[in-house]
Amino acid sequence: MTEVERTHAAAPAPSGWEYAPSLESRDIVRLEARYGVFAGGKWLEPRSGEWYQTINPATEEPLAEVAQAGAEDVALAVQAAREALESGWAQLPGSERAKYLFRIARLLQERSRELAVLETLNGGKPIRESRDVDLPLAAAHFFYYAGWADKLEYAFPNRSPRPVGVCGQIIPWNFPLLMLAWKVAPALACGNTVVLKPAETTPLTALFFCDILRQAELPAGVVNIVTGDGRTGAALVRAEVDKIAFTGSTEVGKLIQRELAGTGKRLTLELGGKAANIIFEDAPLDQAVEGIVNGIYFNQGHVCCAGSRLLVQEAIAEEVVRRLKRRLSTLRLGDPLDKNTDVGAINSAAQLRKIEELVEAGKEEGAEIYQPPCRLPDRGFWFPPTVLTSVAQSSRVAQEEIFGPVLSVLTFRTPDEAVEKANNTPYGLSAGVWTEKGSRILWMAERLRAGVVWANTYNRFDPASPFGGYKESGFGREGGLHGLEPYLDFL
Amino acid sequence: MARIPVRKTYKLYIGGAFPRSESGRTYEAEGANVARASRKDLRDAVRAARQAFPGWAGLSAYARGQILYRVAEMMEARRADLASRCAGAEEVDRAIDRVVWYAGWADKLAQALGSANPVAGPYFNFTVPEPTGVVGIVCPEEPALAGVVSRLAPAIVSGNTAVAIASRSRPLAAIELAEALATSDLPAGVVNILTGHKEELAPWLASHMDVNALDLCGADSLAPDLERAAADNVKRVTRGSPDGQSLWEIAALVELKTVWHPVGR
Repeated sequence: MTEVERTHAAAPAPSGWEYAPSLESRDIVRLEARYGVFAGGKWLEPRSGEWYQTINPATEEPLAEVAQAGAEDVALAVQAAREALESGWAQLPGSERAKYLFRIARLLQERSRELAVLETLNGGKPIRESRDVDLPLAAAHFFYYAGWADKLEYAFPNRSPRPVGVCGQIIPWNFPLLMLAWKVAPALACGNTVVLKPAETTPLTALFFCDILRQAELPAGVVNIVTGDGRTGAALVRAEVDKIAFTGSTEVGKLIQRELAGTGKRLTLELGGKAANIIFEDAPLDQAVEGIVNGIYFNQGHVCCAGSRLLVQEAIAEEVVRRLKRRLSTLRLGDPLDKNTDVGAINSAAQLRKIEELVEAGKEEGAEIYQPPCRLPDRGFWFPPTVLTSVAQSSRVAQEEIFGPVLSVLTFRTPDEAVEKANNTPYGLSAGVWTEKGSRILWMAERLRAGVVWANTYNRFDPASPFGGYKESGFGREGGLHGLEPYLDFL
Repeated sequence: MARIPVRKTYKLYIGGAFPRSESGRTYEAEGANVARASRKDLRDAVRAARQAFPGWAGLSAYARGQILYRVAEMMEARRADLASRCAGAEEVDRAIDRVVWYAGWADKLAQALGSANPVAGPYFNFTVPEPTGVVGIVCPEEPALAGVVSRLAPAIVSGNTAVAIASRSRPLAAIELAEALATSDLPAGVVNILTGHKEELAPWLASHMDVNALDLCGADSLAPDLERAAADNVKRVTRGSPDGQSLWEIAALVELKTVWHPVGR
């Protein structure tokens, strides 16, 4: 029995929720023993000579060895991207570029089961999410931007759009393939070539994506993939690229912004968040509780726009927390490949330590902790869905991004107070508003300093919908017409 | 006997008032003693800009357009004074016309920069531009008047408030302009203008944690250090044109907000 289970041994166990295991087969994924650097359409041994093992965070079982690309490897990939840019990709008519993107979208659909299983194996997220969210959205993103490739002059009238050049793209581990799609699709649609660095812990779907590029017969060097840790990312930032697009922590985003000062390289940053999910007393409560759960426990809370601060109107606070706790007791934590699983594995040991440390700090600052009874597997990295109540506005768990399945509950009395509290962080990525009153939705939406506002829903994404932050959550938008601008220069 | 003219003292423009530098310092430029603003003056200016932000951003776009047009009217009434502080009547005309041009954008920029987004679900999804907050501006050295106007107008038309560091060598036109702004219904604190040594003031502006964006048009060799300091709170950094006008100058200083509004019976 784990520590958590012992703590809550007395809590009522949910009854009538027994499910037989329903495991997705992993046979569909055939892994090589090793993956090198993908540059110029070829697999290369890393010049760095270094490799590291990538694992399944749910079991700690090694999956494959991947290259720890060094500065020389990054330079080679950038050179391949430069050659591809100059040897025809940028000059290819938009209508022809579009066809490659349409092909990629179709191939992603055709191979979606394989990629979904792989995403779950390497990242720890429930198969239901990789199957129903990550993969369909990744394909949709390529479809959406494919259509833009030959229509750019309509998106930016009087501006003569042209490609930026070689784009260095650094993506996080929470939605590995989807973040690849968010980066690669608009870049290629605009006539750029790219060097992409997947996250250290989740390189595998990006490496499988290289095979999709082969099937799509995308010209060599248009997309290059270098794997590795932060050192590889730093090398890419310093390499001869024309633009850096980064999604990750605010801390690293600031380092990149400093590093690029004075270089003239373009930059877009999609950084952290500490979003408020605001529940008014007239909200449909059952629907709101589902929204709260989806807002913070979706993908184990590894979501930059996660609704990690619940702001609930005082009159209904007790009722909402009561219903929330009851709902939490029905969440199923466990094998991410089980189609019944709601909460999968934490992505890495390092992330688990960070979550544990912040929750500990929250308790020390006076927060009360609730975790439903659940059995944590013996191996792998796990953290139960957690609710912190009696949280002060100044508490670390109300201010800092936890990036885990941990919800901090605060209350408010008036709409003005809700706005004040919601905006009281250095971040500004997203927010949620729950109320039956349409005028209040729009009144709140006007005042929330956040790039995305969800009303009576949460964590919805669509390729046509621009996404990105205010304040220290970064700058630039991904998705929609506005997502093209970061990948274009104008005469 | 010839009348002795009454001379003007050139001071700072902060929160709608014309204070001297709290440091008591001045420097000589264009034959006048001009206030040499200090770090404290700069912080006061940022505070005034932050205080003015909700009110200015909360005005209707139509009202902001009216006020900007009123600025042009006040400048027109001061043509002679303004012309004596810049390259002449032609530059004044250009600057006034530019304010009129931007005034007209106030209630159109949301249509030009926003969108309705066809998402695959029961939501009305739309994107609107919103002001980013307090914008710090390092004005170009030249042109003396058109340079300030070209940087201020696109910053404030969307609802931002601004702290501008004037040209070090040609600061008088900026203060002359401030006198037009002060009589034009522009709320106090929407525009704040500091004169002094750019290299002394700009680093504090770039690292100030309550400034949201930087326009480094006139930063020249200071730019790399200022860009580095801007990363402390992830400021948006742009380099506007010293004497041009474009919708994209407005676009560089707005945020884009996307709202998912439910649709249902």
